[in-house]
Amino acid sequence: MKITLLDRLLLLATGLLAAWQIAIGIDRLSTLPIIAYTVGFGCLLVAALLIIILGFEALDSPVVVIVSTLIPLSLSLGLVWEHLAAIRNFYLLFAVSGFLAIIITRSIPLKNRLPVLVLAAIHGFAGITIFLLPFFLVFTGRAAPGFALVGVGGALIGLVGLQLSFLKAGRPILSRKTILLILPGLLLVTTAAFVLGFSAV
Amino acid sequence: MKTILAKLRLYWPLTKSLQTGLLLSTGLAGFMSARSPFAPWFDFAGLAVSLFLAITGSTIINMWYDRDIDAVMNRTHHRPLADGRIKPAEAFRLGLVLSTLGVGLALTMSPLYGLIVFAGLFFDVLVYTLWLKRRTSWSIVWGGISGAMPILAGRAFAIGRMDGIGLLLALAVLFWIPTHILTFAMLYSDEYKLAKIPTFPSAYGLQFTRLTIAVSSVLAALAILVAAVLIGMQSGSLRLLVVLSTGLMFLATVTIFRPSEKVNFGLFKYASVFMLSAMLLLSI
Repeated sequence: MKITLLDRLLLLATGLLAAWQIAIGIDRLSTLPIIAYTVGFGCLLVAALLIIILGFEALDSPVVVIVSTLIPLSLSLGLVWEHLAAIRNFYLLFAVSGFLAIIITRSIPLKNRLPVLVLAAIHGFAGITIFLLPFFLVFTGRAAPGFALVGVGGALIGLVGLQLSFLKAGRPILSRKTILLILPGLLLVTTAAFVLGFSAV
Repeated sequence: MKTILAKLRLYWPLTKSLQTGLLLSTGLAGFMSARSPFAPWFDFAGLAVSLFLAITGSTIINMWYDRDIDAVMNRTHHRPLADGRIKPAEAFRLGLVLSTLGVGLALTMSPLYGLIVFAGLFFDVLVYTLWLKRRTSWSIVWGGISGAMPILAGRAFAIGRMDGIGLLLALAVLFWIPTHILTFAMLYSDEYKLAKIPTFPSAYGLQFTRLTIAVSSVLAALAILVAAVLIGMQSGSLRLLVVLSTGLMFLATVTIFRPSEKVNFGLFKYASVFMLSAMLLLSI
């Protein structure tokens, strides 16, 4: 499917928002969340640039599965590290080992369902964390109401990531055409929700 | 008025506005990288004008000299000098006047700055275009050196001397230039053969050319990163630069292990976006 001018503009806006978040939006945080959010928003920025330049064919690369998992993993790690100090080390271990598990199961040719199961479990858990944790923090009064937008962004990025991951894994939930049609707009709304949400803390 | 506009429209392609704009942005970024709080606006304006004149002048002289090559190649045969819409002598005179004005203005602003601008023009026109371009594929090194002069000049003008950071920034541009030249050499290798211009793809093959592009892109990114750290770039801008550099290195790796014409051209475009972004980040 050919990329349109509107797609490019939406992706450019996504890239600019992600760049702003990396350069300015996370300055006040401690080291690990800064690294985690830089990785997450960095993946969004570079992905947007590569799709603008190479078209949707960029999504045919085998690294898409890994990158689309890296975004929720790194963003959820940043959130947990910032707001759930009691389990931060456990979550760091989960994020690192989960990421390695996905790389390994994607690199070794396995004929069983293990790669898909590993992907669904890790991607799903990270996605649920970004979705639920901000709402939990808002409802318990530990964050401003606007922070709930991070949860909205989490739900959307989970949706985008799962669609792309399962498309790449050969088990698409929606058709490729539908995914590509909504992808640029969805990425922009997702990134905007994250940026607005993080600025509301 | 109409005649002037028509003339401008005719001559504008001779300036290679995108390439000139990018080189000009490197010169301005070199100046801004010094973060001098007392730099008067007319220094900045003088820098922009002198660099624009010198770069445009040398570009026009190059196009005047290479008009026979341009006429043979499909990609460039429609250029106004190649298809005869502009008289060669007229273009040469214009190139010479603009170059002289650019270097002259630069020399009056600062002898060191003027000397570096002159060196850029000398390497570009005499060494690269007139001497080496038709003889060896390694001429691109000299093309790279001349392209690196604006950023070195801009920084030297700002701080009044040449320093290690300026040389690192120049090195970054020097390593970025092959990405530009070699991508075109690969895309239009048949046309370069027809014009009898030695290129990396014709001399060393596509695989070696891809490797050269990938390695030089990575080196360009590393040189910019080191320079940014030494300049004391704000942590937010530095993070952004690291992300963009990682993207460049990723794409460079892809061109080696999964080469295709599309990915190669993608790397060329990304490298240009990267360089422009890096220049913006160096300036703020």
